[in-house]
Amino acid sequence: MTDTTLAQLSNLAVYSAMAVLTLAMTAYALYLARLAPARDATVEAPERELVAAGPGADTVGSDAGTPDAGTPQAPAPPRAPAREDEPVGARKAAGVGWTLTLLGTLLVVAGVALRAAEVHRWPLGNMYEFALVGSMFTLLAYVGWALRRDLRWLGLFVVGPVLLVLGAAITVWYTDASELMPSLRSVWLAIHVTVATMSVAVFTIGAALGGLYLVQQRMEGGGGPRSFMARLPEARALERLAYAAHVVAFPMWTFTVIAGAIWARQAWGSYWNWDPKEVWSFVIWVVYAAYLHARATTGWSRSNAVWIALGGFACIIVNFAVVNVYFVGQHSYSGL
Amino acid sequence: MTDAVVQPRLGAVGWVRYAWRQLTSMRTALFLLLLLAVAAVPGSTFPQRSIDAARTAQWITDHQTAGPLLDRLGFFEVYASPWFAAIYLLLFVSLIGCVVPRTRIHWHQMRTRPPRAPRRLERLAAHRETEVDGAPDEVLDRLRATLQRRRYRVHAHDDSTLSAEKGYLKESGNLVFHLALIGVLVGVAWGHLLGWKGDVILPVGQTFANTLIRYDTFSPGPWVDPTDLDPYTIRLDAMDVEFERDDTGRGQFGMPRDFRATTTFTDGDGRAQEREIAVNHPLETGHGTVFLLGNGYAPHVTVRDGDGTVVYTDATPFLPEDDNYTSVGAVKVPGTDPALGFAGFFLPTGVIDDERGPHSVFPDTVDPQLALTAFEGTLFPDGSPRSVYTLDTEEMTPLPGGDGADQLRILLRPGQTFELPGGRGSITFDGVERFAGLSIRTDPGKTLTLGSALLALGGLVLSLVVRRRRVFVRVRPADTAGRTVVSVGGLAKDDDEGMDDEIAAVLTADEGHR
Ligand code: HEM
Repeated sequence: MTDTTLAQLSNLAVYSAMAVLTLAMTAYALYLARLAPARDATVEAPERELVAAGPGADTVGSDAGTPDAGTPQAPAPPRAPAREDEPVGARKAAGVGWTLTLLGTLLVVAGVALRAAEVHRWPLGNMYEFALVGSMFTLLAYVGWALRRDLRWLGLFVVGPVLLVLGAAITVWYTDASELMPSLRSVWLAIHVTVATMSVAVFTIGAALGGLYLVQQRMEGGGGPRSFMARLPEARALERLAYAAHVVAFPMWTFTVIAGAIWARQAWGSYWNWDPKEVWSFVIWVVYAAYLHARATTGWSRSNAVWIALGGFACIIVNFAVVNVYFVGQHSYSGL
Repeated sequence: MTDAVVQPRLGAVGWVRYAWRQLTSMRTALFLLLLLAVAAVPGSTFPQRSIDAARTAQWITDHQTAGPLLDRLGFFEVYASPWFAAIYLLLFVSLIGCVVPRTRIHWHQMRTRPPRAPRRLERLAAHRETEVDGAPDEVLDRLRATLQRRRYRVHAHDDSTLSAEKGYLKESGNLVFHLALIGVLVGVAWGHLLGWKGDVILPVGQTFANTLIRYDTFSPGPWVDPTDLDPYTIRLDAMDVEFERDDTGRGQFGMPRDFRATTTFTDGDGRAQEREIAVNHPLETGHGTVFLLGNGYAPHVTVRDGDGTVVYTDATPFLPEDDNYTSVGAVKVPGTDPALGFAGFFLPTGVIDDERGPHSVFPDTVDPQLALTAFEGTLFPDGSPRSVYTLDTEEMTPLPGGDGADQLRILLRPGQTFELPGGRGSITFDGVERFAGLSIRTDPGKTLTLGSALLALGGLVLSLVVRRRRVFVRVRPADTAGRTVVSVGGLAKDDDEGMDDEIAAVLTADEGHR
């Protein structure tokens, strides 16, 4: 096959993936809509609020020195109904969403593989390729995690952003296949940029969970109309999941920054030049470090901590969409 | 009376202690972290002098009011500014003040036994109770073995309970992480104080000797002795550069594809070796690393005086100004009277149009041209050295053009000679060589920085992955003889979804005895 055919196939795979993922997103939205409790199904609500407002389980074990620090904690009833209790329509929609997500993921993987075959190198040389590979890792992370626990409620909030990124990638950031600038030709490209995109993928899922947590928190606070949110995991569980995602992503980002420094020394002679891209990688790292701190700081609420994490994600977006394109620096490889 | 004297002093000590406690609190650390993030941003939005001095100067000229003000506030040297330093130094003082006591506590905790089991295990976050075969002391022995297998440290404070704890590595990792950050900072500072860098432009065929005067620019750290450089030489044998010639890719035509310098490296003892330097493949000399950071063209020019005597012949580097290597430079000929000077452009693929003047449309030498204007007079008015790439024409007059124009314009292709008017001699463009832009750098702190950074990463992973858990066991004889009621409770630091499973697992290990 010629490179042009490969290019066409790669783009075809990406367009098909977008079509499939759009359907997946619709199915997941339908799932949540059908889950939304009917108007009269309010019986269990007050009970739940009691649990959420119960004595701060946050303090459990906060002082490891005294064994009596444990406070009584009623076992929380499982919040999301088991699959069997879901309305049939909802369950079906979720099944369709899941299958389509798997298919969409496969198509994105194919798009990446074909692109790699086309350019004869690691497909991480310009913004289009970062966005494509980043989408792939986000989907893979979601699918991988969803195989281990029920994350059907999260589908909409992962597939949606991925679609957005893919759309921007193929329209705004699209770059024809090309060789790399000499400074990009290094094994460190594969190492540094692969881990960076993986890390961003997991941060994305973390940000989706963080956002859901903030909404859920507000709902449990009493306000807000009843909606599908009532069938999502309770706020505390969402917060814990968000933390879990960040705990995976943060060391990866730390590694990304270190690997980038090693590479920068090889390519540019100095491991840290405060080039705009480096500045923002550093800012992202510090903001997420602040998130982990905030979470451990007594007297800081979990929701404030999550706000910091979302700030970190905003910095990731700036680092990608703004710094790559508008800032003058050595990292000029947007391909635009 | 004495009170009046002592009290303010006590107050001061108390105040200092208060300030110290504030500084080393988690809240302050959090605040400083966020502040650090915010403070780093202007360095990416404003041009930085250390990176691009010309762009910085331009920005300041373009912004008459804001420019000088921001300059005074350090916005063009953010990472060397006092306020940025204040933030990270405070952060690190806070870090030391925080980590040292925590290290002491952790050290102590690692050497003390897990605490006594609480009276009511069912009040712990995770708890299970079950009945198993065996007398209480047998059951305790079995559970002790199970817990030890699961890497718990187990201690029995009395005959009916066990206290077990594991996951000390979480706190160790956390401490290692924070301490290693100090290592990173020290490594960076060390490199700054004892490192240096120098840049050289070396045309093909020429040799660079590692002495101070051979550097075009040299920036030593404050503690560097620049006269004490390693005596080695580097001869540039060949410089190979490739550019994208395929014009189908969007925006890629003419982009650099490969830079490669072939050199002969001769060390201080006179041993010569052929060594290649390429982007991403620097040359390690032992004391300093040679990076290939740039390249360009050095047209070889020969100037003869009115008698035909050669007064200048050399490959003269011209500095590339754009991606197509439109390059500017000057040829200075002090050997004639009055001295001659030529300034202008070298164009690897030259086009001259009225709108843009002389410029190049492709970075490789498809149609090399030299476009110069000529001057005569004093080259170095006050005797001070000037940039080799520009001609100071303050005390020079332009040579007039032959057709009555007030400025002589010379356009040469390789091999061509131009006769200067009035019997002043001639200038010949013999051909063009490439030059390599080499940057030679040492950073004695980099190993410490890298080692610390990796240590920090390791500590971080431990701290985030390991779980600190306590398990307590209490046994009592069951109503049935030979059976025992086991109550197991678990306590975890932070919220730990796995605690229930952990306790279940401890009990499952004893399943055979139900
Ligand atoms: C250079 C500045 C600092 C950075 C980048 C930083 C970063 C971090 C990160 C990423 C974590 C989470 C990972 C872990 O648990 O090991 C953490 C945890 C922690 N940091 Fe820092 N930190 C800094 C300074 C400080 C200071 C000044 C203090 C003391 C006031 C401090 C106290 C702590 C504590 C107690 C934890 C553990 C929280 C827990 O129990 O989970 N850190 N830090």
